[in-house]
Amino acid sequence: MNNHVLRPLLVVILLVVLVLIVRAFYVPKSFGVHQRGYMYGWYRDANVEDWKKFKVKYQGTDYCKDCHAKNHETIMMTPHAIIPCEDCHGPAVDHPSDPAKLTIDKSRELCLRCHYPLAYPTSGRANIRGVDPEKHNPGMECSLCHNPHKPGLEGLK
Amino acid sequence: MISRRDFIKKTVIGVAGASIPVAALELLTPRRLRAEKEDKSRVRWVFLVDTYKCVGCGMCVKACKLENEIPYDANVTRTWVERYVTTKDGKVHADTPKGARDGFITSKIDLGTDGSLDIRKEDIDKAFFVPKLCNQCENPPCVQVCPVGATYQAPDGVVLVDRSWCIGCGYCIMGCPYGVRFFHPVYHTAEKCNFCYHRINKGLQTACVQACPFGARRIGNIKDPRDPVAKIITTERVAILKEEYGTKPQVYYIGLDKEVK
Repeated sequence: MNNHVLRPLLVVILLVVLVLIVRAFYVPKSFGVHQRGYMYGWYRDANVEDWKKFKVKYQGTDYCKDCHAKNHETIMMTPHAIIPCEDCHGPAVDHPSDPAKLTIDKSRELCLRCHYPLAYPTSGRANIRGVDPEKHNPGMECSLCHNPHKPGLEGLK
Repeated sequence: MISRRDFIKKTVIGVAGASIPVAALELLTPRRLRAEKEDKSRVRWVFLVDTYKCVGCGMCVKACKLENEIPYDANVTRTWVERYVTTKDGKVHADTPKGARDGFITSKIDLGTDGSLDIRKEDIDKAFFVPKLCNQCENPPCVQVCPVGATYQAPDGVVLVDRSWCIGCGYCIMGCPYGVRFFHPVYHTAEKCNFCYHRINKGLQTACVQACPFGARRIGNIKDPRDPVAKIITTERVAILKEEYGTKPQVYYIGLDKEVK
């Protein structure tokens, strides 16, 4: 074969080898075709473990109930028993070490999420008692009068 | 030399064989998913939403954003709640202000830049809330279109995004028929609900399931015959979203209506 064919061919072969070498170092070992085949299962397997290590913030009512037994007991006897602690108190994360104190959301808007009256048939919302926030003591925090852990009228402060 | 008879025979066989699409040979139902026991993975996560129970409080959206570190005030969210109001004149009104992060605390329907629309109680025919999240499809189109293998289906069915591998091309965001994907405002990579992968693998519920006071959201394993969610999906009347796309979504709904897309 002539030189004008061989030389570019050599350059091309070198380039291909170079790409293959770079690829061998750059692409992580766990990257490849996995269980579901090339179409759905072509990925870096180590990423699955990365996601499993993500930090849990919402710890759940069971995490709270031992130290805050009294509060837990009170609310458990009311219709508000279904509301997880962290919905109003915020995510526990590593409480009590971090954060030492949780910030309670006492805004009217929080209560209105359920207690703004929307009489929507076929939705559970229709069965929740509501108030018109523009007529019912506007501007005042609900918890000034109502105890969210004893939401019945006998629990009024 | 090939004879004329052989030539015609082989042509007919060839054309007949080529005209059967691979998809025609496959039929995937929840029951079959459960039955595939030889499968390496014993888990296939599925989700069940009961729209009758949802009151539109949006605690699930709030919990999801805080749990999964989605910037709270950015108008993106992995899960959201839609409100549907059908009036007596046959019109359907739907909204999801801020993805219902703050719930629905007004009867006014949010029309975006067109303001809002207050509907009188007497005019309502039906009205309800529909929580939405990633369907973790059995045939995820978002995964098919990813050119770099950054998004994929884990062996337990959950579709994940590799943030270190994503180049931010946005094909998957366009490819998802359910519109569940968006760019993460901090990482600038594709972002989506992953059924709280870090939680379900520790035996916890997803953040949205745990935050829901009414039990409107539930997660389960369709391959476990004793799983209460799997039992409902396989024995009761449930619906899925956009069945016609063939994506085989794995979020099942109780009380879905034709207006919901």
